[in-house]
Amino acid sequence: MSEPVVSVTEFRKVYGDFVAVDGIDFAVQQGEIFGLLGPNGAGKTTTLECLEGLRQPDGGSLRVAGVDPTKEPQKLRNVIGVQLQSSGLPETITADEAMKFFCAYHGVKPRYDLLERLGLAEKRKAQFYELSTGQQRRLALALAVAHEPQVLFFDEPTAGLDVASRVELHELMREQQAKGTTIILATHDMAEAEEMSDRVAILLSGKIATVGSPMEITATGANLTKVSVRSEGSSLLRNGHTIPAVSQSTVKNQYAIYFSTDIGRTVGAVINTIETEGDSLIDLRVERPSLEDRFLEITKTGDVS
Amino acid sequence: MTAFTNHFSFEFRTGVRNKTLLLMNYLFPLGFYLMMGFVMTEINPTFQEIIIPSMIVFAILAATLLGLPDPLVNARESGIFRSYRINGVPSASILFIPALTTMLHLILVSIIIVFTAPLLFDAPTPSNWLNFVLVFLAMSFASAGLGVLIGVISPNSRTTVLYSQIIFIPSMLLGGLMLPYSMLPDVAGKISQLLPATQAMNAFNGMAMGQETSFSSGGSLLLLVFSGILAFGLANYLFSWDSQNTARRGHPALALLVLLPYALGLFLLA
Repeated sequence: MSEPVVSVTEFRKVYGDFVAVDGIDFAVQQGEIFGLLGPNGAGKTTTLECLEGLRQPDGGSLRVAGVDPTKEPQKLRNVIGVQLQSSGLPETITADEAMKFFCAYHGVKPRYDLLERLGLAEKRKAQFYELSTGQQRRLALALAVAHEPQVLFFDEPTAGLDVASRVELHELMREQQAKGTTIILATHDMAEAEEMSDRVAILLSGKIATVGSPMEITATGANLTKVSVRSEGSSLLRNGHTIPAVSQSTVKNQYAIYFSTDIGRTVGAVINTIETEGDSLIDLRVERPSLEDRFLEITKTGDVS
Repeated sequence: MTAFTNHFSFEFRTGVRNKTLLLMNYLFPLGFYLMMGFVMTEINPTFQEIIIPSMIVFAILAATLLGLPDPLVNARESGIFRSYRINGVPSASILFIPALTTMLHLILVSIIIVFTAPLLFDAPTPSNWLNFVLVFLAMSFASAGLGVLIGVISPNSRTTVLYSQIIFIPSMLLGGLMLPYSMLPDVAGKISQLLPATQAMNAFNGMAMGQETSFSSGGSLLLLVFSGILAFGLANYLFSWDSQNTARRGHPALALLVLLPYALGLFLLA
């Protein structure tokens, strides 16, 4: 395997008595989208800020595209791109001016084509405060990639965006990935992390609870499959039915919901019961546990491996 | 150079686009100048003699003490400095470029005052133009340094107003803008020498307007220059990229050192 583009070794950060990050390790390969997940206060933003050179770590070592963020801040500026938060630009700056401004400090020519590519052609002369949230995010993305960084950092990139803008932003992230750019994505949105990330790390109280692909992580959980059933006569909702291989069951919106350890046995028994009762099936859904389910399981149990 | 030029150009335009800055840089000083010109010259005819330096000093105080600090505090609070840092904008540019663009706005305002005051209010023009420009630059530099320093040490907008007014209001009352220094009681006169406005009025009157002064006008010019250097040096030293990152090189109280040249001036200038 080639040298990782981002490597974090025994990284530790404390604020007074509070240990924000407690000796974590992970490595990200070139062209990978790596998700950082965790509840508030888990250490995601602190990790990102140290990788971006905004804070000094208290222990361990960090490398980003061959650069030590703590010792070579000037070099770091040209190898990373950070999608700025919505308030990261002066209100009165226009999209064109922002592009010119940041590109000048990176020593590259302004990439006005990116503004057009990102649907901001009509808004190039508009001041930042006149842009919608989606347009501000797209401008921030254009600024982050204009100097063609090797590593891109996104912190809650789609928060507050409508569905269309969110899909568009995901497409742009994929495009960057296809060019070989490595992306670190910190998000609370589990669906986004599952859809976009090649691998994710779940942080809990400053430690990595688990790291792996979304599929690997969901597979290592309690492995319960959700079976939701609705029938014409609601026969399953009446007491007295024993469905095998079910560890937990509930009722929601006329659906009988079972969490099954053996999907074949559970579904077979459900259909059999409905037929025996002379009822008819309206809807049956089988859902594998999602990353969100596994995330909730980890955060609930505090399971730090 | 391109980065500097772009940054300068953007900051200069901000001075006009931003409504608060437009007010502090142009509308407030020029409005006050016209009001004082029409009213004060009727009440106190001797005000005519000092209307040009007085209103220029007022414009400098308004633009630098009331206009400069708050955008710096807001930019730090809202994370703009963080994005600047990520993109390689040096702290020196963040501090010096707004000060320079403010000085450029002040040059424009001063030109308006210098050319209209003789026509509108029969005000005397400076007898020494070179010294006039030197004193203007020294006062702008010193006061811009103070404004930037307040922006750097102030933790929030409310405190910024307080810090700015601590200098602005005494400058208006005791700085020689409305009343000549010689008319102040002894103690008030001594206190007023701690203010850049007093030193600027003294330097303008003695070096550019051909009037007698109570203490060395050349000394006042030097104090302004030293104070400006100290203010920018302290601002650069105490600069913090964001409000959450508590790592600052020194305690904000160090900013009080900016008054040191004026305090020394109390003993050295006669």
